[in-house]
Amino acid sequence: MTDRYDAVVIGAGHNGLVCAALLAKAGKKVIVLEAAADVGGAARTRSIAEGYSVSACAHLLYQLQPGVVRELGLNVNLAAKKMGTVALALDSAHVRLNGGKVDGVSEADAANLRAFHRRMTRFADLLHTYLNQPPPRLGGGTSRDWLTLARLGLDLRRLGKTEMREFLRLIGMNIYDEVDERFESPLLRGAISLDAVLGTHLGPRSPNTILTYLYRLCGNHGTLDLPAGGMGSITEALANCARNNGAIIRTGIPVKRIIVDNGRAAGVETESGETFDSWTVVSNADPKATILTLTGSRHVETGFTRRIHNIRMRGNAAKLHLALDGLPAFNGLEKKDFGDRLLIAPDANYVERAFNPAKYGEYSPQPVLEITFPSFRDATLAPTGKHVMSAIVQYAPYDLRDGWSDAAHEAFLDTTLATIEQYAPDLRQRIIASELLTPKDIEREFRITGGHWHHGELTLDQFLFVRPVGGFAQYAMPLDGLFLCGAGAHPGGGVSGAAGRNAARAILAREKAA
Amino acid sequence: MKTYDAIVVGAGHNGLTNAAFLAKAGLDVLCVEKNEYIGGATVSRNLYKDWYYSNCSYVCSLLRPEIFRSLELHRHGLQVTPYGGGVTFMEDGNYFGSYWNSEVAHREYARFSRHDADAYERYSADVMRQTRFIRDSLLRTPPDPTSFKPRDLRELLHLGRRFYEMGEDRMYDTIRFWTMSVAEYLDEYFETDVIKASMSGSGIIGTALGIHSPGTAYVLLHHYMGEVDGNVGSWGYARGGMGSVAKAIAGAFQSYGGEIRTDAGVDKILVANGKVKGVALTNGEEINARIVVSGMDVKRTFLKCMDEKDLPADFYQRVRNFKIRGSSGKLNIALDGLPTFPALPKNNPLLDGDMHFIDSMERMERAYDDWKEGTWSKDPYVDMVIPTVTDPTMAPPGKHFMSCFIQYCPYQVEGRAWTSEERDAFAKTVIDQIGNYSPDFKDLILHVEIRTPEDIEREAGLSEGNIFHGELTMDQLLFNRPVPGYAQYRAPVGGLYMCGSSTHPGGGVMAAPGANAAREILLDLKRNNTVPGNFGDD
Repeated sequence: MTDRYDAVVIGAGHNGLVCAALLAKAGKKVIVLEAAADVGGAARTRSIAEGYSVSACAHLLYQLQPGVVRELGLNVNLAAKKMGTVALALDSAHVRLNGGKVDGVSEADAANLRAFHRRMTRFADLLHTYLNQPPPRLGGGTSRDWLTLARLGLDLRRLGKTEMREFLRLIGMNIYDEVDERFESPLLRGAISLDAVLGTHLGPRSPNTILTYLYRLCGNHGTLDLPAGGMGSITEALANCARNNGAIIRTGIPVKRIIVDNGRAAGVETESGETFDSWTVVSNADPKATILTLTGSRHVETGFTRRIHNIRMRGNAAKLHLALDGLPAFNGLEKKDFGDRLLIAPDANYVERAFNPAKYGEYSPQPVLEITFPSFRDATLAPTGKHVMSAIVQYAPYDLRDGWSDAAHEAFLDTTLATIEQYAPDLRQRIIASELLTPKDIEREFRITGGHWHHGELTLDQFLFVRPVGGFAQYAMPLDGLFLCGAGAHPGGGVSGAAGRNAARAILAREKAA
Repeated sequence: MKTYDAIVVGAGHNGLTNAAFLAKAGLDVLCVEKNEYIGGATVSRNLYKDWYYSNCSYVCSLLRPEIFRSLELHRHGLQVTPYGGGVTFMEDGNYFGSYWNSEVAHREYARFSRHDADAYERYSADVMRQTRFIRDSLLRTPPDPTSFKPRDLRELLHLGRRFYEMGEDRMYDTIRFWTMSVAEYLDEYFETDVIKASMSGSGIIGTALGIHSPGTAYVLLHHYMGEVDGNVGSWGYARGGMGSVAKAIAGAFQSYGGEIRTDAGVDKILVANGKVKGVALTNGEEINARIVVSGMDVKRTFLKCMDEKDLPADFYQRVRNFKIRGSSGKLNIALDGLPTFPALPKNNPLLDGDMHFIDSMERMERAYDDWKEGTWSKDPYVDMVIPTVTDPTMAPPGKHFMSCFIQYCPYQVEGRAWTSEERDAFAKTVIDQIGNYSPDFKDLILHVEIRTPEDIEREAGLSEGNIFHGELTMDQLLFNRPVPGYAQYRAPVGGLYMCGSSTHPGGGVMAAPGANAAREILLDLKRNNTVPGNFGDD
């Protein structure tokens, strides 16, 4: 006879931990089961060579919801705040930007960026309100849903005529046309385009990339912070917070299936055959894994299974980690610039061209990159005088046409290094150890179907009311007692904790109603 | 000097429709046209011996039946004959046929995949549901969501109710449908590449987007929402070519006492004290009117034919940023006889329909990549028809007219004007593609008219040669079309209206923008409305 829990949380990613901590804080008896040896999921720090550590997947903090920090009394230790961005130029005429401020472009561009940033943050603030609550159901819902919808309408109108019109126009648009109309500096266009497409299967010309850009700005207006000790320190803090509130966290325990009893979730069974009974099962796994693998499609309705099956979640972002025996010499960079984020996206067309091959299952011959040297700001990550580099590399499609063989892996690493070498010629001589995680690797190591960091493409057809699928955006799945709390649920990915917090609230509200 | 009640600029199908409804209401209306012939992009032109080319638009389906009947176009000679289905030729010598008969269609799908044959039923029902939803909005003026006027609120409520009545699940489906890419939408139903490729064409025709670009599922709808003889989604030929459509509407206009002047290009729309007072023609003549309605696209209207100082700065800027991109070209070909296609037996009914030569989704999308780089598709999506198989009036006996619509073809090649070598190379690309599937085709060619977006702009007046007067993306649809705040056909100058395809519900030979604008004008003039409402589907 095992103990009965009030809730079992599958997966100790940041959303699972936020959800568990909040449930525990509300007095629930909660257990979190994590397959990996450590907590953190894709927000984890790990060693790539002796003495060298790096944020294994997510590497910059820009979305952690202030509400989550406040409610959990989280103590976030930052190695750097409001990092700048350097858009690298081949001719070393780099452009440096931070929020609405920019150097290295014309007066007109600078003024346009200020206006652009002001408008975008305003729209992001509107969006932000709705990311921190369950999306209303359309039709069939309760009076509360109608109220939320009415408030959404009112909030839109409160923007004022002009801005509301602009919001309704922009929300479905692509970033390419917007930057093309506004800015003359190719570097500025490229940098903004890159931010809009990071982590997605979209190019800057794809409609919907304004939405993905706005999404990045939700909560903290896109300011970039670097957590001390890597991203793992955030999830460790969350885990401690959950434990302090009485939650139990067990690692190294992969869940095999969700136990279904009389048409409702009744607990989980682990790979080793151990069972944990609970009438509330909360899954931090992605929706496909949760429904198709852990639950089994025979327990849910066919139409629902089909919708889950149709969720697009094939990742395109690879992660490159290098252990370096010193900082590489980037052309035209000052030493202090290494504390910033470096972008290789010299113009919007370059980004679009990098995307083209991804549509056909090929990786970019000239990838786009977001590069950081976290050890520059945080000495604990590498031995003295040495450094680590952490970069997001796009596009590396999950379903590479001929598969991610060792040779393909090697070739893409070479392509990526060659791309960086155009800006930092001595890079390869500095490398002590390297690691490249393709979406396939990310899928395997972090147990994210498709290796997609949002657990599902962040596009309007998979957003708000229809995330993960229509009718089930309020965290409760069609199997009684089963909830989703990860990035695949509303509002989406990024180290934000929003999904976890919304899910915890939905679970507590449901109990109250029952 | 005479002052007209209204001058309509441009005798395209929308301008003529607008003029006809105004004249029907008793206004004294003049329609001016820059070309020596009417029709705009809805023309049949005699460019080679006894052949009549539908040299811009080439098939008919979207023309609203309400307008057809209200203007009694049948009495003015318009006859639309449906054609059956079409075919996609495959590189391996096989083909995929599309049929109107649902049992035959099912069998054809099953030839490739049983799964797809079953999915087709579900797909048709789902798309038809979306079609119903959108058709209701075609002859309505889009509400302004920022306005508190009773009429706007009423229309918003109407839209909301139509949406709500679909039921919860269908509402979600609708949100997804309006925002997805056509490729991903089709992926949810079908597994066979050629089937998806064949269907995805409707999602990109006339559009500067690829099949993988979000928003293209809606464009698919734009090609499905028409009808011929009440058969929704069906396409047909106007007897005598597309010019017959313009001729019939012009006939109706004239029967109501309207006046048409060709060879009368407008140089400027004249404004005095914030109100229009008429137009100045390119030959210097000025004509006065109380109202001016522009059938031209918004860029041409406001950037070319008006002074910046007469327009609000914000409006002017928005019109400048209006996306109107040339992405399609045409070849019009006179043939000495009917080409054969060895993949199909002679006289196969599929040869009466539209023919395509791209059999994979990857080839579809790669065609778009070429356009993005500023060149025409090296392996283009061609929508080819031979109308003379159905309508012998367009060519001498035994001879044929072939219309090839080509996606993608840029307005300019890598940012500069087309050279004649490039035009020829573009034509050769298309002819070679067809030649690959029809060995006798090249020998039958008597004459070829090459039309790049640049030519279409010059002749039909469509800015950048965009066939829809502006991209059909979400930021330019419904209350956002042409620009937010000006979706109700009124320009920001007193007495000036817009009635072209730049306005809701957009391009295609639909005539709805022209009719909707007429309704608004008559409302402003407190005249009886002559514009019909929706018939409704049920």
